[in-house]
Amino acid sequence: MTTTLDPIELPEIDFDHAPSREGNREIQFREALREAMSEEMRRDKRVFLMGEEVAEYNGAYKVSQGMLDEFGAERIIDTPISENGFAGLGAAAAMYGLRPIIEFMSWSFSLVAADQILNNVPKMLYMSGGQWGCPIVFRGNDGAGGQLGSTHSWCVEGLYSNVPGVKIVIPSNPYDAKGLLKTAIRDDDPVFFLESERMLGDKAHVPEEEYYIPFGKARLVREGDACTLVSFGRPVHFCVQAAGRLAEEGIEVDVLDMRTIRPLDIDSVIESVKKTNRIVVVDQCWPFASVASEVITQVIERAFDWLDHQPLRVNTEDVPTPYAKNLEAAYQPNPDRIVAAVKKAVEA
Amino acid sequence: MPKKTVYKATIEHLQILNEDGKLDASLAKNTLTDEEVAFLFEQMVIWRHFDEVAFKLQRSGRMGTYPQNKGQEAAALGSGFAAKKGTDFLVPCYRENAALFLHGLAPHMILLHWMGDERGNQIPDNVNCTPISIPIGTQMLHATGIAWAYKIRKEPRCVVTYFGDGATSEGDFHEAMNFASTLEVPCVFFCQNNQWAISVPREVQMASETVAQKALAYGMPGMQVDGNDMFAVFKATRDALDRARKGGGPTFIEAVTYRLADHTTADDAKRYRDVKEVEAWTKKDPIIRHRKFLESKGLWSDKKHAEVEAKAKKIVDEIIKTAEGIEKPSPADIFNYTFAEIPEQLRVQRDTMRTNSLGQDPSQTGLKTEHAHTR
Repeated sequence: MTTTLDPIELPEIDFDHAPSREGNREIQFREALREAMSEEMRRDKRVFLMGEEVAEYNGAYKVSQGMLDEFGAERIIDTPISENGFAGLGAAAAMYGLRPIIEFMSWSFSLVAADQILNNVPKMLYMSGGQWGCPIVFRGNDGAGGQLGSTHSWCVEGLYSNVPGVKIVIPSNPYDAKGLLKTAIRDDDPVFFLESERMLGDKAHVPEEEYYIPFGKARLVREGDACTLVSFGRPVHFCVQAAGRLAEEGIEVDVLDMRTIRPLDIDSVIESVKKTNRIVVVDQCWPFASVASEVITQVIERAFDWLDHQPLRVNTEDVPTPYAKNLEAAYQPNPDRIVAAVKKAVEA
Repeated sequence: MPKKTVYKATIEHLQILNEDGKLDASLAKNTLTDEEVAFLFEQMVIWRHFDEVAFKLQRSGRMGTYPQNKGQEAAALGSGFAAKKGTDFLVPCYRENAALFLHGLAPHMILLHWMGDERGNQIPDNVNCTPISIPIGTQMLHATGIAWAYKIRKEPRCVVTYFGDGATSEGDFHEAMNFASTLEVPCVFFCQNNQWAISVPREVQMASETVAQKALAYGMPGMQVDGNDMFAVFKATRDALDRARKGGGPTFIEAVTYRLADHTTADDAKRYRDVKEVEAWTKKDPIIRHRKFLESKGLWSDKKHAEVEAKAKKIVDEIIKTAEGIEKPSPADIFNYTFAEIPEQLRVQRDTMRTNSLGQDPSQTGLKTEHAHTR
């Protein structure tokens, strides 16, 4: 019987093939995501996209625009407002050979699916004695989207990265978004893919060809020897802006875009710290038990003697995300706060 | 506009074999043959013994917490027998061991699980079931997902998922029912209404007169059966599976039964249950009525029963020996099964077994790895 699940031989991923970031094929972040999903769906019939508004409406944020027309309603699937429901359905589909991509309109809404995504999906392989993996991608908007209020502005990476068994990807630009999402779809473990509503319209050159970016490899965005700036996701841009301003004052810093939180490329951080002897971690989550805390802990464990200043963090303030525009801006990491932190580390 | 009735519904209750072992011959037509009843009854006796021995294993410290299945065997066996072994798929909770065994799961696996060994969940490829599910209700969504995959693959296979009355208070139940009915998947929702969610009785859990009527809200056929009557359970499940296989979508079956034992070995139901209630249900024990039925057919006797009990003892002794004879799991397993491919930092932890600090420098553990000090 011919089914959509006939075994598929996929070409092996060549992570060494990394086309240039330079070029003039400028597309939006959301288009890069769409391209990644569409390329994988054309090749592998087991891959499907499910979530609220993904089909007829073309995606609440137009990430899946046109995908219903190309792939049909069997593979681009609108759901009721039922996050726990479609997360659980996706988990089962993954356990039995399909490759689901589940879109949460916002990661804030994943909280009502917590049992499925934290208590079932990441433990499936372990609890079945290594038998059932759960190759599923959950993706959606993470972080303050711009005056969405406290309940709709979650940064889940702090909470979710505490759970073993998941991989957490958080791209900062369209080029990485495409390559990382393709890797996520091909990965045999569950992947949480965190996008940002504030970046979906960002444009950059994205190669038309296929490429994959390995997990656990940070990208050195800018080089310097005064301090190591570590970040991931949207705040990487704030770090780059801050680095530009610092350079005008003669302070050159390394800016590392981690790209994945789990696995965490701590080796690249350590390598940079051994050169700069100072570190500032910029993280759009709350400070307590955050990814920034974890990065700093690991730096202290592995490079304590190399530090000339105590590690510093720039997190959001330790309060619920404010609604008012000015307050939301003040609450988040921003270039001003990053510049101040680097100066404190450097001038000591 | 005058008022008018826009929806009306009834819930049917099916009983074919009553408490006294009397069969309704017309309803029993095309259900179980006498030989099948005798076979299933033997299973009932064996797995009742298994259940009681499992309880003793926990009490003597040879096993962890265990939820007894006692009293609910007819519901498990009747439904499990209706599902096609090797074709259909069971997505259980934890009170239908006998159904899993009918479908080929080695019984020592269940003991292994409750002894705290994840390898008890390594379901062999030729057995169609998921591991037993301890979180309440989450498996119903998985069942719906699996059934949906069957539908997409156009395979004539169905899923039977098990859960208790308590699980129907979970959001997962409602989301699964909604998805299953809107997607028209081949799934049978088999609710073992054993009257108690640990210490909370059914009428405190829900204001609806039946559990079955919850199906109505999802446009799904819902019915109630006497869960201690294998004929009724078999007929309802088989009919639901036949309909599902033909593309007729899901069905909800409420099997009315009773948890004769405590919730688990960590519970003491005497503290909250009326002895009289338990006594009344003990009279409805599936073992009593099926034995009476078989005796009336001349297919069972005291001698036969003694033989089967002796056989059960031998089988269960062997099962325990197998479960206890399995070598303890290796600590490395906890690392090996966390990701499809072990990440470097976990590998270091596994190989050293001396640190639980993820970022610890491999050199500090005294372990040389190709990764250490490359920079």
